[in-house]
Amino acid sequence: MIAPSSLPRLIHQTTRRPLTLVEHEQAFSSSGEVVDALKELEASGLMGRGGAGFPTHRKVELLRSQRSRTKYVVVNAMEGEPASHKDRSLIAANPHLVLDGAEALAAMIGAKHIAVCVAREFSTTINHMERAIHERQRRSQRGPLIELHTPPGRYVAGEESALVHWLDDNQCLPQYRPNRPNVLRIGQGVVLLDNAETCANVGLIARYGAEWFRSLGTPLHPGSLLVSVTGAVSHPTVMEVAAGTPIRQILEAAQADRDPQALLLGGYSGEWISGRNIDLSFDNAALKTVNASVGAGIIFVLPKSGCGIGEIYNIVRWMANESARQCGPCAFGLPSMADDLGLLLAGSKDAGAALRRLNEQASQIDGRGACHHPDGVVRFVRSSLRVFEDDIRAHASGRPCAGARGPRFATVPRLERGDELVWE
Amino acid sequence: MGVKRRPSTFVLKVNPILCDGFGHCAELAPELVNVDEWGYPIIRQEPTKINNAGAYESAKYAVRGCPRQALQIEKITDAQP
Repeated sequence: MIAPSSLPRLIHQTTRRPLTLVEHEQAFSSSGEVVDALKELEASGLMGRGGAGFPTHRKVELLRSQRSRTKYVVVNAMEGEPASHKDRSLIAANPHLVLDGAEALAAMIGAKHIAVCVAREFSTTINHMERAIHERQRRSQRGPLIELHTPPGRYVAGEESALVHWLDDNQCLPQYRPNRPNVLRIGQGVVLLDNAETCANVGLIARYGAEWFRSLGTPLHPGSLLVSVTGAVSHPTVMEVAAGTPIRQILEAAQADRDPQALLLGGYSGEWISGRNIDLSFDNAALKTVNASVGAGIIFVLPKSGCGIGEIYNIVRWMANESARQCGPCAFGLPSMADDLGLLLAGSKDAGAALRRLNEQASQIDGRGACHHPDGVVRFVRSSLRVFEDDIRAHASGRPCAGARGPRFATVPRLERGDELVWE
Repeated sequence: MGVKRRPSTFVLKVNPILCDGFGHCAELAPELVNVDEWGYPIIRQEPTKINNAGAYESAKYAVRGCPRQALQIEKITDAQP
């Protein structure tokens, strides 16, 4: 058993390969105290680790109350976010913990099928997962049936309705869900979808209970978080920290730039915060004061030498290309926003008009897609207009900053041409 | 006793996936729908009174006139007092 307030909890690695089932059971022996896992889950206050931060037990209760004969648990390890590496690191360290959590969730709602989804680009992760599933099935044939699925690794393919659409119909396109709360379905069966890190946490809660879980983190945001730090770091890392750790401490541990220009939290649809706010603690309550949130636990560090507008342009250009092109406001609005950012970056004479148009379009696009992809981009652009206000004014008046021609720090996958897009 | 509660307000909703930006809704229900620069509808978010007969009629016209059948009227009943 792991001591209550010690780290790491999730990434327990002594070897360079993932833990086998036997090693896993030795490392995480049950304390035998947990009787009702659902009650423990509610008391633990676990919030989803996929970005939205929705309380997991409420999702479970909703699915539990569904009177459907077939139920599914879907583990989302798609990780379409280029700045995030946490799910891959977690599975590379201990895939059985994720599967434990999925089985615990299946037992709570009464599901007989578990689908683990890993993007087909991550072949190593697929190998680890395949091996773990195989080990379990060789051990015993009882319990829910676990399957591995490998949808194509596009950004919106990891969106919950797109993922379920893939499992249902082999198309990873988001669906229109006007009614909330919405229950996703595969055929007639209802689906409980959770992020891989959330599942791993459920696995721990089902073993050691809520009190153990809450011994780390803040009362409002309990537990530990996997944080991917990228950008101006010596090498990109994934770390496990308690929620509420000061951001400065995280950056120091990751050997990142301690005096950054700005930080991007929550990934490419997240929010920028200024480098002055580095002493805030990394949990949702503290970050709310600067209109940010933990999201999927991503910190991207932009150094003083970088050009914020350049990074924003690259990211928005890529996000626009990743749109599924189903809804007009997203298919036309995002490329148009990217074009305006390009004008702003170049400091051309249309830059002032571009800035005005950018503000207008941000409020026009917001909330008009079937999924939250355009909303995420709008949130990202709005926060950048706020944080890089001075830079933007300089660019708009035709004086681009010194870093505008310099290197870019945010990694963005290679852009495809629009007509090459394949949606399976 | 036996009072049937009637919906008092409605909102027009569009399925953005089905919508192809024909723009018929903006012509049929100009008081509820604006068009953005690409021709896709921006629909009034706040509920409209159902006894505003003109608006309700034109919303029904818009629903029937949509070539993609992407529009629907959602009636909202007030919460129990």
